[in-house]
Amino acid sequence: MKKLFILLFSFLTISAYAEAPVEGGEFKPGDMITHHIADDYIWHFADGVTLYLPVILVDNGQFNVFSSSNFYDENHELVPYGGYVVSHGHIYRADASGQPSADQSSLLDFSITKNVASLFVSVALLFFVFFTIAGAYKKNPGKAPKGIQSFFEPIIIFIRDEIAKANIGPKYERYMPYLLTVFFFIWFNNLLGLMPGGANLTGNIAVTLVLATLTLLITVFSGNKSYWAHIFATPGVPKWLAPIMIPVELIGILTKPFSLMVRLFANITAGHIIILSLFSLIFIFQSVAVGPLSVAFATFMNFLELFVALLQAYIFTLLSAMYFGGAVEEHDHVGDMGHGDGAHH
Amino acid sequence: MELVTPGIGLIFWQTVTFIIVLFLLSKFAWKPIMNALHDREASIEKALSAAEKAKLEMQGLKAENEKLLAEARMERDKILKEASDAGNALIESAKQKANEEGGRMITQAREAIENEKRAAITEVKNMAAVLSVDIAERILRKELSNPQAQQELAKDYIKEVTLN
Repeated sequence: MKKLFILLFSFLTISAYAEAPVEGGEFKPGDMITHHIADDYIWHFADGVTLYLPVILVDNGQFNVFSSSNFYDENHELVPYGGYVVSHGHIYRADASGQPSADQSSLLDFSITKNVASLFVSVALLFFVFFTIAGAYKKNPGKAPKGIQSFFEPIIIFIRDEIAKANIGPKYERYMPYLLTVFFFIWFNNLLGLMPGGANLTGNIAVTLVLATLTLLITVFSGNKSYWAHIFATPGVPKWLAPIMIPVELIGILTKPFSLMVRLFANITAGHIIILSLFSLIFIFQSVAVGPLSVAFATFMNFLELFVALLQAYIFTLLSAMYFGGAVEEHDHVGDMGHGDGAHH
Repeated sequence: MELVTPGIGLIFWQTVTFIIVLFLLSKFAWKPIMNALHDREASIEKALSAAEKAKLEMQGLKAENEKLLAEARMERDKILKEASDAGNALIESAKQKANEEGGRMITQAREAIENEKRAAITEVKNMAAVLSVDIAERILRKELSNPQAQQELAKDYIKEVTLN
């Protein structure tokens, strides 16, 4: 099993990105890379192995569900279907000539895209792994962990002791489910994104936006009296500064999750872009000599990305825990100048 | 710009899915896992503190034993000392008694010897007297044919003997 995984990781990952859309004309690395890191209505694993995902549209309150295969003809060229057209990875209302029309109001796209499908796969994996582990704990209460359980147990304990307990304090327990879920969700999806044909889910701003918003909501709703006091009447700051301080503090509430959103999105997307760029070199130079060099660099980057996958999951979880800690902390006002985030540890 | 424009579809699916995942994992995975970890840690903690307590108890017992041993040793020494004292006293008194007895026996023996000596001397004297009488008689029988002279001589002898 282990060997199989290593095998999958080691050479399929490399070959995964080597597929280059040199369709007739000139090779455009920018287009290729954008295509790979963006969402799609089909899941293209390899040439000839394509999964057509369902399209779900809400057009003026009217549900419209059909397969995305309708948008492709036998030559795998995009064609308009049912009054809609796919352009630059998005579905638009089509006009008579098959081009996106000027009126796109109240057309909502809830399609099961490649990212959504990948999300479901990761969820199935999360359920499988952690229900198995939970079962193992129920089966052998009080015993030393075994197998997959002993791989994840140190990580869970690390999140509990080094992230939650260290940054939140005595009230850490109620934040544990969120921190654990977010950590493993990001880590698993980062790794799945590195898999051959994997979707760039955690490198999509919509996903990081939702995760950051959840952190924001939890922070705001668990904020205690002293947390709000720090925002509306920062201790140690003269009253007449309040018109400046309050907006600054309110913006501060939003910048923290905003940084979470951008950090995860940018790190993961950047990693994908670098690997794809390294492979593009082969097609740009059109030389066999560049191949080994490019592969060597890309392999190195892949290992780096495996590390980044873990690191970004850790950073997101750690910063979330810090924000929660700041919200529930009981401040001793004397001498504390109200540095919110990160000043207490 | 395309990259940093979140799509409504993915936002929707991510929100719904993540909240379901959060709920299900919390209920069926994190809760039992955290409880199991907590229970195990508590039991390890308990076992460790029990071991510590046992160690302390052992130390207490050891000290107690040491004390008992020391006491026993002292008792033994005391008993030995008493016994040797008693033995010495016994020997001493026995010696004294033996000395006294010996002295007494020597005295008795001396007295007995004295008595024997005296008796022997008396007997020798008597024997000598008898022998002298016999000898004298034989001499006298020959010398004194006359009974009167015999009687007078006998009287003289007797006088001499009694005076002695």
